[in-house]
Amino acid sequence: MIIFSALVSGMSLGAMYGLIALGFHVTYIVSRTVNFSQGSSVMLGAVLGYVLVARYGWPIMVAAPAALLGCALLGLLIERVLVRPFVARQSNAWLMATVAGGLLLDNLVLFTFGKEPRGFPSWLDDKPFIIFGVGVTPLQIVIPLVGSVVAVALWLVLTRSRFGKALSASVQNSDAARLMGIDVGRLVAATYGLSSMLAGLAGLLIAPLYNVHAEMGTLFGIKAFAVAIIGGITHAPGVMVAGLIYGIGEALVTALLGSTYTQIVMFSAVIATLALVPRGLFAAAALKKV
Amino acid sequence: MLKIVITGCCQALLVLLALAMGPVHPLHAQETLKIGLVAALSGQSAKSGEAIIRGLSIALDEINAKGGVLGKKLELLTRDDESNPAKGLVAARELVQREKIAVLFGGLDTPVSLAIAPFVNQAKVPFMGVWAAGTGITRNGAAENYVFRVSAVDTLVDIALVDYAVKKYGAKTPGMILVNNAWGESNEAGLKAALVSKGMSAAGIEKFEANDVDVVPQLSRLKAAGADTLFLVGNVGPSAQVVKSLDRMGWNVPVVSHWGPAGGRFTELAGPSAEKVHFIQTYSFSGKLSQKGESVFTLLKAKYPEIKTTTDVTPAVGIANAYDALHLTALAITKAGSIEGTKIRQGFYDIDHYAGLIKTYAKPFTPDNHDALSAADYIFTYFKGAEILPLSN
Repeated sequence: MIIFSALVSGMSLGAMYGLIALGFHVTYIVSRTVNFSQGSSVMLGAVLGYVLVARYGWPIMVAAPAALLGCALLGLLIERVLVRPFVARQSNAWLMATVAGGLLLDNLVLFTFGKEPRGFPSWLDDKPFIIFGVGVTPLQIVIPLVGSVVAVALWLVLTRSRFGKALSASVQNSDAARLMGIDVGRLVAATYGLSSMLAGLAGLLIAPLYNVHAEMGTLFGIKAFAVAIIGGITHAPGVMVAGLIYGIGEALVTALLGSTYTQIVMFSAVIATLALVPRGLFAAAALKKV
Repeated sequence: MLKIVITGCCQALLVLLALAMGPVHPLHAQETLKIGLVAALSGQSAKSGEAIIRGLSIALDEINAKGGVLGKKLELLTRDDESNPAKGLVAARELVQREKIAVLFGGLDTPVSLAIAPFVNQAKVPFMGVWAAGTGITRNGAAENYVFRVSAVDTLVDIALVDYAVKKYGAKTPGMILVNNAWGESNEAGLKAALVSKGMSAAGIEKFEANDVDVVPQLSRLKAAGADTLFLVGNVGPSAQVVKSLDRMGWNVPVVSHWGPAGGRFTELAGPSAEKVHFIQTYSFSGKLSQKGESVFTLLKAKYPEIKTTTDVTPAVGIANAYDALHLTALAITKAGSIEGTKIRQGFYDIDHYAGLIKTYAKPFTPDNHDALSAADYIFTYFKGAEILPLSN
């Protein structure tokens, strides 16, 4: 029963890590850059959702897309201001710039949204039903379901669609892609918008399980980056699977060994994985396909 | 000649200006007697900092209305520790060394107060804890201890928690779910000792991180170990995560808690099951108030328009502890007749009597006891909506 309970807990957290990590994936495959303020996008999704639903009384079906749109705009802004100028100068300072951008956003939200954490209740997390003697709320099923669907859809779009082919072309040779009429700059911007939107979706989904506050995304962002690397950052389903493995691993270690050992075991496992498979667990398969 | 006169006049003017401005700083320094506060003013425990400031401000207004202390008005300087021990220590140093405060007040977080205690003992500046309950804060083993407290003490709270769980719920095999920091450790030791004194032992002891989303794995271990009651130690956000996790796993177990839930919007964060948690407090503004209680409540309403009923006076413990602590501090400084740390410390020992909000204090501090409140001053409470109501023990 303890193991099943840990699986349920771990899958929803793992899917959330996976969603955020997919954000790292989409920008990396196109521009070899990532947005290190993904944690702040998680927070923005949750905060915007909370403000629109709790303060302005919007129905969640309207508030959620609006919050995601806000996150997408943030992604576009990050790319335009914190990434593109540095990449144009062939500088790696975008790394520090995106970290700083995240801190700036966290503090802006702290002053505007408030210092206190707020509760974001959802009927999906209201009443658990019992499976094999373990309480499971609908939200704990919805999160991994959404995560898996998004990961597969993303993979299909990137490998089968015209948009995906344009992305592949720009990855392989951006100059040639430009000559073929592909607007590489716009593609990169689009992936940053998508990246922040995925993180915002994770924030919206996790908010009812957790609470909403300005610093809520920081740790999620760090763990999700570890997940992206373990999964092999170039392979969308691999990143999601790595997220699920990480989340379930965390919950199982806590349930079986006690929480004292959780971080020790998990981060040791991350280091060991990277030492043994430096490209990540699933990247090799992706490389063969290219 | 004219040039010499003008130059001379200018020089004289400058000298006059310098003379006029020169005494401004020393005079300004003498105008007020500065006290400092290092507490969580942002983050998950921001509401605790707000409550402490309100309690201190009401007491400060009363003291200043009567002419202040040693002929000077009290001035409160506040710094945000963000619940971070390193930031708290930096803020404490700044207040002591640059602002030359006479007494430093502390906030909610035990790890922050534990970080500050060695510094104030070394600097010989009295530190007054008004919330953090870690036993080692006042009982810090220093040869010259400058740390005082008007608040609960973990080791005494833990005895009260165990007594309550046994009496109210007939607990035989309680489990502990404790936040993984110095406060959790302080209570782990206290709860173990309290259980041993009753011939009991814990079914299990589990720790959780303050930013854990899901505490189900830890709670599942406690359930499997046969815990019949839970002792909860954590600030408001983490405590809410425990309650939500209990709901999610459908485990309806009595929860007896330290006072963490009182630090914020517990019912909003934890949902309806928040009301099932019974937690300890040192004061409640609910029910029939004493004359002093009525007076403080009236002043709070006048100063903070958002306070309309006793429901709005939350967390009461922060307000009440801070209010009494500042009045006791003012008495100590008056007894000392100086703002020198060593003399103020002696001033605390010399206080004989003070009719406060929480109780009437008789000889509240001695060299062997730096805690003004005892187990007899604790009450058990619960949330009804946003209001904290007392329970009959």
